[in-house]
Amino acid sequence: MMTSFSHLISDIAVLTRRNLIKYFRLPQLLIFNATLNVVLLLLFNYVFGGAIKTGGVSYIQYFLPGFLAQIVVFGSTQTSVGIAEDLTKGFVDRFRSLPMARPAFLTGRVLSDAVRYVFLLILLVIVGLVMGFRFDNGFLSIIAGLALIVLFGVALTWVGVFIGISVKDVETAQVAGFVWVFPLVFASSLYVPIATMPGWLQAFAKINPVTSMADVTRVLLLGGSVASSLWKILAWDFGLIALFMSLAFRRYNRMA
Amino acid sequence: MNPEDIREKCKEDSVRIEGISKRFGKVQALDGINLVVEPNSVFALLGPNGSGKTTLVRILTTLLKADSGTAQVGGFDVVGMAQKVRSVIGLAGQYPAVDDTLTGRENLEIIGQLYHLGGKKSRARASELLEQFDLVDAASTRAKFYSGGMRRRLDLAATLIAKPLILFLDEPTTGLDPRSRLALWEVIASQAKDCNTVFLTTQYLEEADRLAHKIAIIDEGKIIREGTPGELKKCCGGESRISLTLYDRVNTQAAADALNSLAPGKILSSSETGTVSLPADGGSGLLSEVVRRMDSAGIVLADLSLKQPTLDDVFLAITGHTAEVSPAAGSKIAGEVR
Repeated sequence: MMTSFSHLISDIAVLTRRNLIKYFRLPQLLIFNATLNVVLLLLFNYVFGGAIKTGGVSYIQYFLPGFLAQIVVFGSTQTSVGIAEDLTKGFVDRFRSLPMARPAFLTGRVLSDAVRYVFLLILLVIVGLVMGFRFDNGFLSIIAGLALIVLFGVALTWVGVFIGISVKDVETAQVAGFVWVFPLVFASSLYVPIATMPGWLQAFAKINPVTSMADVTRVLLLGGSVASSLWKILAWDFGLIALFMSLAFRRYNRMA
Repeated sequence: MNPEDIREKCKEDSVRIEGISKRFGKVQALDGINLVVEPNSVFALLGPNGSGKTTLVRILTTLLKADSGTAQVGGFDVVGMAQKVRSVIGLAGQYPAVDDTLTGRENLEIIGQLYHLGGKKSRARASELLEQFDLVDAASTRAKFYSGGMRRRLDLAATLIAKPLILFLDEPTTGLDPRSRLALWEVIASQAKDCNTVFLTTQYLEEADRLAHKIAIIDEGKIIREGTPGELKKCCGGESRISLTLYDRVNTQAAADALNSLAPGKILSSSETGTVSLPADGGSGLLSEVVRRMDSAGIVLADLSLKQPTLDDVFLAITGHTAEVSPAAGSKIAGEVR
């Protein structure tokens, strides 16, 4: 039992390292990903920022915390692509015929993506600070806020893993990711306060985990009361992880 | 592995398959397969595309569960003791599982670590294999820049990193140029020693003939013939033939008559196409004798060739129908390597 557990840990470590090497070998992917996020941040802030009323605070103060959450939402679509790519290239047959721990392949992917999110978050926080964003809370709260975003990213990455493993081809994985990601991102409190939306959409936006994530991040970075949104987002995180992790493993084990 | 263990392993069959069947929807991919593969040998499963070769390999390598029947690999049940099976096998699938963004060495080391060899031993084995597979110069190059032959070699090296007892190779040389194919054949042949076994699938009779100690021919999910290469050649049209194409097909019967005493009863002729053929077991002396007889009979030849048997010929002899494999591809490869 002990050896199989230590094998699990070492197998996950080997595969996480493999994926990270791949990211750094193909820096274009990471660089374009980072650039796209920076461009979006600039565009939204300077194009829409003036037109959106955010109740007294400057738009960058309102927008950046949610934008940080959005990075991991879009980031998780790339997971689907990566998984689909590995599936099409015969790696899965190779890996499944090895005496390695079964969960390691998918878990290694999720962990390496978490590292990618940390990199992007740090970068975008720096850009935000240059654009005039100011933290307005204690250091620990800020760290907790960023950590919660990464956890949210991990939860969505398991959704991405399941999609990648289900569609099995790279192009479909790309499109499939955006289908669920766009409504989540825009029908939320991320870009605009939800009070301006029609009633039915408000109902959706209120249960949307991206809303909770954006609200929690805003509070943890800028101060205020966090409790109700915090529980909501934690419930979402662990619910998504439990559901999609088990679905993904099931599919991986039964893959023919 | 020490000599004691090896002798112990040699007592067991490497692969034992009893009544394995598998159905995908309406297609019966495997239909009651029984096979035994002895240790210390190369075994070839020969059959056309879609005959069930890959499905059987996937079942034996724990990737797929059979609907019925049992199989043991290295003495372990492929379902009940799958993880044990995985620790004694190496699998090279139809498409090389080579990571383009990683170097040759990294590709090998990662597989070594996933076999739980540990970092140090993985590095040592990677170096050995890079040497053995003539990839030392390319060790630090990303696999993206490898040729098709190099990728196959790297893929095969990866499957050997933990010194597997039983090596599964699913169509190992499909799509390779003749030179790379020859190089790979040498490596495969050298693996069957110290009680190690190679289980390979192929659609080329040539390849099975060259490498295997024993061949099983599979068609539509059933083993239709089993034997040594020699036995299959004798029984089932697996011999090479001298083939003549006449300039004027009116002479077909005359040509067949003139050659009859060289291989009584074994001359095949078709006056529709103007072709005559006979077994080529007499060597090059026979070829010159054929030419001499045609000359003295005054029959002009449009073409004279030594034709290697293909999977098609064997299938025709056993089943009466040809294999569903492109005949052009089969004969081209057979022609190129000899």
